[in-house]
Order: sequence, then C-alpha cells, then structure tokens
Amino acid sequence: MVRNHEPLRVAILGSGNIGTDLLLKIQRSPWLDCKLFIGRNLSSPGLTTASALGVPISDKSVEAILENPDCCDVVFDATSARDHLRHWPLLQALGKRVIDLTPSRAGKMCIPAVNLEECLAEQNVNMVTCGGQASVPLAHLIGKTQEDVDYVEVVSSISSRSAGPATRINIDEYIETTESAIRSFSGAKRSKAILILNPAVPCIDMQTTIFAKVAEPRMDLLKMAVDSMVARIRKYVPGYQVILGPILENGRIVIMIRVQGLGDYLPKYAGNLDIINCAAVAMAEAYAQNSMSAVRSAEIKHA
Amino acid sequence: MPRILISDPTLRDGNHAVQHKLSLSQIAAYAAAADAALVPIVEVGHGNGLAASSLQIGEAPATDREMLTVARENLKRSKLCIHVMPGFATIPRDLKPAIDIGVDVVRVASHCSEADITQRHIAYVRERGKQVFGVLMMTHMLTKERLTEEALKMESYGAEAIILMDSAGAFLPGDVAERVTALVAALGIPVGFHAHNNLGMAIANSITALQSGATIVDGTARGFGAGAGNAQLEVLVAVMHKLGYETGIDLYKILDAADLAEREIMPSVPTISSVSIVSGLAGVFSGFVKHVNRVSSQFNVDPRDVFFELGRRRIVAGQEDLIIEVANALASGAALPAGEVH
Repeated sequence: MVRNHEPLRVAILGSGNIGTDLLLKIQRSPWLDCKLFIGRNLSSPGLTTASALGVPISDKSVEAILENPDCCDVVFDATSARDHLRHWPLLQALGKRVIDLTPSRAGKMCIPAVNLEECLAEQNVNMVTCGGQASVPLAHLIGKTQEDVDYVEVVSSISSRSAGPATRINIDEYIETTESAIRSFSGAKRSKAILILNPAVPCIDMQTTIFAKVAEPRMDLLKMAVDSMVARIRKYVPGYQVILGPILENGRIVIMIRVQGLGDYLPKYAGNLDIINCAAVAMAEAYAQNSMSAVRSAEIKHA
Repeated sequence: MPRILISDPTLRDGNHAVQHKLSLSQIAAYAAAADAALVPIVEVGHGNGLAASSLQIGEAPATDREMLTVARENLKRSKLCIHVMPGFATIPRDLKPAIDIGVDVVRVASHCSEADITQRHIAYVRERGKQVFGVLMMTHMLTKERLTEEALKMESYGAEAIILMDSAGAFLPGDVAERVTALVAALGIPVGFHAHNNLGMAIANSITALQSGATIVDGTARGFGAGAGNAQLEVLVAVMHKLGYETGIDLYKILDAADLAEREIMPSVPTISSVSIVSGLAGVFSGFVKHVNRVSSQFNVDPRDVFFELGRRRIVAGQEDLIIEVANALASGAALPAGEVH
C-alpha cells in the first residue's frame, strides 16, 4: 500500500489475549503505529511479547497515559468493563479517541460492516463483543429483510483457551451488551445471548448461531442479503464464513457462522479474538484515513 | 450412619423430558407433594436452569418468576432451589430477582473445567446470605486430579458444597468412587452427586458416591429427567433406608409424590431408550436426546451416528445448535457414520 502520511499513533491498554493479539494486528497496519503497550505486570506474556517486538511497554495501567499524554492519539482499551468505566473519563479529559473492546457500552456501539461511518465522529466507540461482531451484521439483515421480528437469539461457543480472566469475569456484561446490540441493530422486540466455553482439545473454532422468530419468513430476500454482507465482513475478518443456512428449522430462521482467526497471538481457533480485534483495527484505520483526507483537503484549500 | 441431604430436581431436570413445558399447576402439585414428604431441597425451573428458556434449548411456557413464585407458595418446609449457569443467567437480570422471590439454595453450575466463570455468581449468593453450592457438569470428561482443582476454585469463591454431575450418564461405579473419594479428601465442604441413568447405573452410582464419602445426592420422582432420567428418588430413598442412611424423608409420602408425579406431570415414565444408551456411551449430555431425534429425522440420518459424532467432537451442555451442523454434515457425507467402529 502506498503511504505518504504519518501513521496514527495508538496505545493499547490491557495486555491479555485481546490486547496482545491486537498489537500483532496493528504491527501490520500501514495506518497505525503502536507507541505504547500497557499492562500491569512486566513479566506477563503480553508485555514480554510486546517488548520482544521493540514496542515501548509500561506496567502502570492508565497512569502511563496520564503521565505521558502526548504518547498517542487513540487508545484501545482491552481491559475489563469495570476498568473501562474508570478509564474513560480520564481519557476523555485528555481528548483521546477511545476504541473500547470491553463490553462496557460506555460509547456508541460499532459494527464496522453496518455503521462504521456513523462512528467516525464519536470520541468513544464500543466494539460490543466477539459474539456481537459475529452475529449483529446478520441480525441487522434479518431486521431489514423480515417484517415483524419478534425475537433474535445468538449462541456463541468459544474455546476455553481463548477466554482469558477478564472475558470470564465479564460474562454478565458480555450477555447484556450482546443482547442490547442485537435489539438496537435488528429492531427485534426481544433478544437473548448465550455464551458457552468449550474446553475440547484440539480447540474448537469460534462458532455463532443466530436464531430468529419472525412473522412470515422471507428466506430468498435474506439469503441474497447474507451473501453480500458476508463479503463486506470478510474484507476485515478474512476467516468469517457461513457454515449453515439461512435455513428454516422447526419454524425458526437459523444461520451458523464459523470464525477462524489469523493465528496471530493465539492459533486460528480463536476467531473470537480476531473478529473483535479486526473490527477495532478497521475502526482505527478508518479514523486514520478520515483524518488524512481531512488534512489533505485542508492542504488543498490552503494551496 | 451419617444424615444425607437429598436434593430433588424433578421440577428442573424433568423439564428436559417435556421440552421445558412443565406448567405452573404441575409445579404447584409436585412441590406440595415433595414438601409433604419432607424432601429437604426442591429444585425448580427450566432444564438448563435460570434464564435458559431459549430457541437453543427450548422455550418454557412460564417465566422464571412465575415458576419460582408458584413453587415458593407450595414449599413450607422444603427449601426452594435453582440451577444457575453463568453464560445463560446474569446476576442483575436473573439471579437478583430469583433471590428476591425467596429462593433458599442456589446451585451455580459450569462445565467441569470452567469453574472460574462461577466466581461472581457464587460470591453474589453469599452476599445475599443464601446457601450456595457449586456444580460441576459433565464430570466424566475430566480426571479426578483436574476435577479436584476446579472444585477447589469453587470452594475458594465461597461454595458451601460441590455437586458432581454425571450429565451424560456415562459413569460406572468405579469412575464415581475415584472422583468422589478424591474430592472428599481435598475439600473442606460436603460433596454431592447427581446421576443420570443412560447405562442403568443411576442408583448404583449414587450409592457408590455415598459409600465414597458424598453426603448430598440428587434424585427425581420416577427418575423424571433429561434423557434416560436421573436416579429414581423413591427407589434411592428406599435403598438408602435399607442401608441405614438417614434422609429425613417420609417413605410413604415420597412414594405418594412419585405416584402423583407419574399421573400429573409426566407424559410417559422415563425409560432407557436405545438412543439414550448411545448418548451415555458417547458421553454426550443426556438432555440432547429430544433435539437429536428431531433434527435427525429432519435430515434423515441415524440419531446414534449423531450422538457418536457429537461425542467425538467433545460437545458440552448448551451446544445444542451443533446438533444441526452435525446432522447436516452426516447427511451430506461430510462426516462418516461412526456406529460401526464402536
């Protein structure tokens, strides 16, 4: 990719599975430059990985940014929902753009395939959940193609190995945030989210099933819409695929998705890390491109 | 002989046998009968517990609130108990209102290797001053050493007892003895056992658990429960009395409660169906059987092949959606029927 710009300077707060995988993805982006990778323990696997890559690290949590506010323009928060609610007012006061990967719902919910442009003006965007990133685009299509959507339910199974301590402690927030995103993007009257951790070895790929109850299923319309939506999602999550459906089974619409990751920090089965991190990177790159084009048009005007 | 605590999940596990459609009047009738028989703990709700009514598992006609309210009204001496799985039920939406209705005992459950997802739920029940047990499901999938580690986590979170579930009905008595013995030695809290009858072992396994040091056992009227059913409560009580264990349960009245349950709440008495035997052999959650039968007939595949394939993939409770995928794969030839190799 031709690049005649300075990449956007970012910091990652949180050095667990999500934060570390995110770092590896950002390292590949021509639009983003990770200036600081922040955890709480210098000997953690995440900080060790970052250090080996030559990325500046800190073990001082959000204090690292408060002490050195000029280190970055964008902060990715990959800690926990509770921690994010504490971090956000501090980062807001510093004027940082925040991309929140916890299920805190502090900022506007962002699903890149559906509403990326609407999120560009927001100072804090919330990347919902891994199950939300996998299911909401299709729930949104169900809302667009079907009349009278009574209920949408999403069930995600992820490998135990890919669910770190923050994911486990945030299981209630995962459910609440995913359900809220499903309702708001599909218009369904009711929603339900279920999360299953599967410890099988070899590890299972992330899999998400979307069930819907609608007044009169219109499967042809839905099938066509699903194909083009999947193509949009695959632009930023290459391992996203429909493995079944949409079909009608027992009077309900069923679509099953499998997400394989790129195998950056954890192996390919951890599609749940990939999908939320790829979505966050897509959001940050859109900021970067947007601010570049703003700079360019300002330069053109100036000239 | 020690006093044994009996917990009766007829109105929860039995819901698996009727696609989670137990009515409020059925709940009222059996709760009153169990209360009259002095059953110490009566568990009520959807088969997968609180907030599990779903397209994935099966929709219940009544809400959790309605089921618990009617059960509460009919339990005077027995404690009201719920099964809670993090990943289905959240604390603010589901657990808090259930305790507000008057639940006495909360059994917080996870797949056997995932105890750490129960930490917040267990701590919350303790904060509310109610009794809380940790439940490890599908325990045939872990060694006794790993199971002990997970049980110790639950104890550290505040669980006041640990229940081992043989959710697939896969255990033989020796399997039960080694696991219960290990837990009793390692834990400072009571150990319990919850049987399924897929291989006809439910009563024998429950007695083995007691002889290995367990002091809590689950049983259901006529064995009404997922798949081949649970340990048949009235048989369990009779056998325990014969062995000299105290249960505090009135024999005639528990026999009456079982008769009432057969008449009022079950369309048919549980049997060990051919498919349930395969479910036990394959080590797949007993509650899958209705889904497997329905989906297999839609995809025109052998439900026994579906069970063996689910077992090969080490599917856990709550993954009912994968039945459709497996049946579809078998129908399209993407997965080979497994029956012959077993």
